[in-house]
Amino acid sequence: MKWFSVCTVEKIQPERGVAALVDDMQIALIKTYDGALFAVGNKDPFAGAQVMSRGIVGTRGETPTLASPLHKQVYDLRTGECLDVPGVRLPTFPVRCENGIVEVALST
Amino acid sequence: MKRLVVAGYGMVAQRFLEALSERGIQDWHVTVLGEETRSAYDRVRLTSWFEGTDLDLGGAPAGVDVRLGHPVTSVDRERKLVNGHIPYDTLILATGSKAFVPPIPGKDLSHVFVYRTIEDLAAIKDFAQALLPAPLSSEGKALAESVRRGVVLGGGLLGLEAANALKGLGLQTHVVEFAPRLMPMQIDEGGGAVLKRHIEALGVTVHTGRACASITETEMGFADGGTMQADVVVIAAGIRPRDEITDLAKGPRGGYAVDDACRTEDPDIYAIGECASLGGVCYGLVAPGYAMAEVVADRLCGGQATMTTPDTSTKLKLLGVDVASFGSPFGEGLDVVLSDQVNGVYAKLLLTDDAQTLLGGILVGDAAAYPALRASLGGPLPATPLSILSGQSVGVPETAQVCSCHAVTKADITEAISTGCTDVPGLKTCTKAGTGCGSCVPLLKQLLNEAGVKQSKALCEHFTYSRQELFDIIKVRGITSFNALIGDFGTGRGCDICKPAVASILATLTGQYILDGEQAALQDTNDHFLANIQRDGTYSVVPRIPGGEITPDKLIVIGEVARDFGLYTKITGGQRIDLFGARVEQLPEIWRRLVEAGFESGHAYGKALRTVKSCVGSTWCRYGVQDSVGLAVDLELRYRGLRAPHKIKSAVSGCARECAEARSKDFGIIATEHGWNLYVGGNGGFRPRHADLFLTDVSTEELIRAIDRFLMYYVRTADRLQRTASWIESLDGGLEHLRDVIINDSLGLCEELDAMMASHVASYADEWKATIDDPARLERFVSFVNAPDVADPSLKFIVERGQKVPS
Repeated sequence: MKWFSVCTVEKIQPERGVAALVDDMQIALIKTYDGALFAVGNKDPFAGAQVMSRGIVGTRGETPTLASPLHKQVYDLRTGECLDVPGVRLPTFPVRCENGIVEVALST
Repeated sequence: MKRLVVAGYGMVAQRFLEALSERGIQDWHVTVLGEETRSAYDRVRLTSWFEGTDLDLGGAPAGVDVRLGHPVTSVDRERKLVNGHIPYDTLILATGSKAFVPPIPGKDLSHVFVYRTIEDLAAIKDFAQALLPAPLSSEGKALAESVRRGVVLGGGLLGLEAANALKGLGLQTHVVEFAPRLMPMQIDEGGGAVLKRHIEALGVTVHTGRACASITETEMGFADGGTMQADVVVIAAGIRPRDEITDLAKGPRGGYAVDDACRTEDPDIYAIGECASLGGVCYGLVAPGYAMAEVVADRLCGGQATMTTPDTSTKLKLLGVDVASFGSPFGEGLDVVLSDQVNGVYAKLLLTDDAQTLLGGILVGDAAAYPALRASLGGPLPATPLSILSGQSVGVPETAQVCSCHAVTKADITEAISTGCTDVPGLKTCTKAGTGCGSCVPLLKQLLNEAGVKQSKALCEHFTYSRQELFDIIKVRGITSFNALIGDFGTGRGCDICKPAVASILATLTGQYILDGEQAALQDTNDHFLANIQRDGTYSVVPRIPGGEITPDKLIVIGEVARDFGLYTKITGGQRIDLFGARVEQLPEIWRRLVEAGFESGHAYGKALRTVKSCVGSTWCRYGVQDSVGLAVDLELRYRGLRAPHKIKSAVSGCARECAEARSKDFGIIATEHGWNLYVGGNGGFRPRHADLFLTDVSTEELIRAIDRFLMYYVRTADRLQRTASWIESLDGGLEHLRDVIINDSLGLCEELDAMMASHVASYADEWKATIDDPARLERFVSFVNAPDVADPSLKFIVERGQKVPS
């Protein structure tokens, strides 16, 4: 596993995401209301477009969620699992904030 | 793998394929041979084809070999071959029926039709339209003797459907029925008389107790003497099973004789639908056919399902008149008859001699009691006969069949509701009830209500309030942020439903830039990037072109921008130009160019006013009576940027010819000699609806005041994603209520609505200009946070008709 620095944490607005290009991989970085960071694949599993970082962030029950901006399927940010269509999931990546810099890990 | 051949591809064959597919089609290689060149379509609603309804039932399940235009002509039972070369292990006969044409002289003339397939309807339509229009007199009126007349032979179900169709084609319509009453198979004399009165009131002439003896090019002759003009003749004298392709044993009135497993005398051949004779009866209704399809699918998968006596109850609307018949209404027993000639309502119930068991009944003119009555067949009535017939609501027993197309009982529905189905679409998915003929949908709603399922007004799981309630809370409490609202009035952190809805309310009430601070996190991606997301993740750009009026110079700028950024261009339905294929990071540069040339946001991305379309009006047009373009431009500039529960479209026509299609808009204006007519609540799209006339011959000033109030009242009180058409329908009192509020100020709201609109007009600013002038606001327009100038490498385009499109 290798860690990559992406951006300062201020670049990500609370309850919004940004797209990052990490080692040719497109990743959606999401910050929730409490400041927690999540990293999931940016590709919408249904449409195939790289858009997940532009979805609306919220909650379903206690679960932090991200909705696809294309057709609104909702995903669990922690596991990447699609809550509306069983069996579909987004890839997830380890993410951390070190000295104000957001870092994402990819398996090598 | 076993080979299954299905002969015929109508509604029953389609149901059979679906039923088999649900149980697992993988053990079978399935071939379907259909005579028509279309896959299965909804023959029950055949007449709605004239209104443009798509009747297609969705085609066969994956893996089925469908051969259209391939009628089955022979079955070799020895060698188990169909048409001499298609082998089968099991054969399903679903060949349906054909129209019965009595041997009347002239029946083969070119203006004589039957009413069975879409092709029949198309032929009738073509022929009728070639006849019309009738020649006009010098005054422009149709000459009496040149009226075109359509005659339907047969006053049963199909005949009345056909009469409706001929009437819709502009023909003077007559129905000739041999029996002494209409619909002799389903209803009795009293019901027939009431139905006849209804139908004649619609302008269709009914001749009962008379037969047609001959047809010529222009006339038909009655068996009892006399002739009548007949330019088009439709024979709807009944149907006969199509049972000619094999010599299998037939029933007494034709049709392949089958046992209660729908098996013919050959154990490898089943017959289902109208070509099967079950217990000596061929059933000409879809519900028994569907039941047979389910039984055979079950048998092929090793089940032991059997047919019970089919339910032949029917409820339908014929020429707008409700008619229902259920059980056996003609037998011996005690009857209860209600005949209200004044209101055109007839009802009959037949009970056993001990009055304990409902045997059948007939309803004409008002069939509200049908679901409860049909459900009570074979058991006691749920209330006294008169209270049922007089329309007082009655409960439905648990064992009652709610949906006869799919054999769904009330108990099934109750269980589905208890496991979490809270609306009709949910019940349809879960139980299939309501997905056949659809006549049980009102009953599904009633059952939801009875089960105490309130069609919840709650916006989503985060707010128990409706959009209107949230609007009032935000307004009265002066709330300016989502965080404050959800903290005090909601739970959790919101979702893709409540966040954009609240953002829209805040935009209306504050009139401020929609993307500053935390508000940016509330917006859907379209509002977030002020552009319309497309399926590949690029965006489209629509500059405002008020009223569709544009100078050549500005047109050239649009062309240059599209060329320089490689954008696909298309003219929209709203008289503007859509530029597709822009990447997020290109949007600011595109808009810098557009704003410099004097363009502003068209709000195509927002739940907001879109366009006010116009015809060219009195400025150029020789028919125009008012300046429609001028008014359209004024209205579009007045209401631009107004955030609403859904998009708002408008149009202005300069005369009654209505070239701007104003009546399909949320608010439409049509010029008159004396001023303007205002129409409201129109809709295109999924559920087209003509707008209703709201004001007549008003001045421009009166017009604008009414529209101001209409729009603001809509913005304040409609549900999320509710267009004006369904909003008006949902108002208690509908259009009259709206008129009371807006014109008569019945709620004392007008001053406030006027002030809200004045504030909107005063605070309007172009969102795109505000964005490109502010570096902080531009920060979000990057492809990647760590590589802001790298274009999304996954985007792929091809060239089609000279333009770039997603690959």
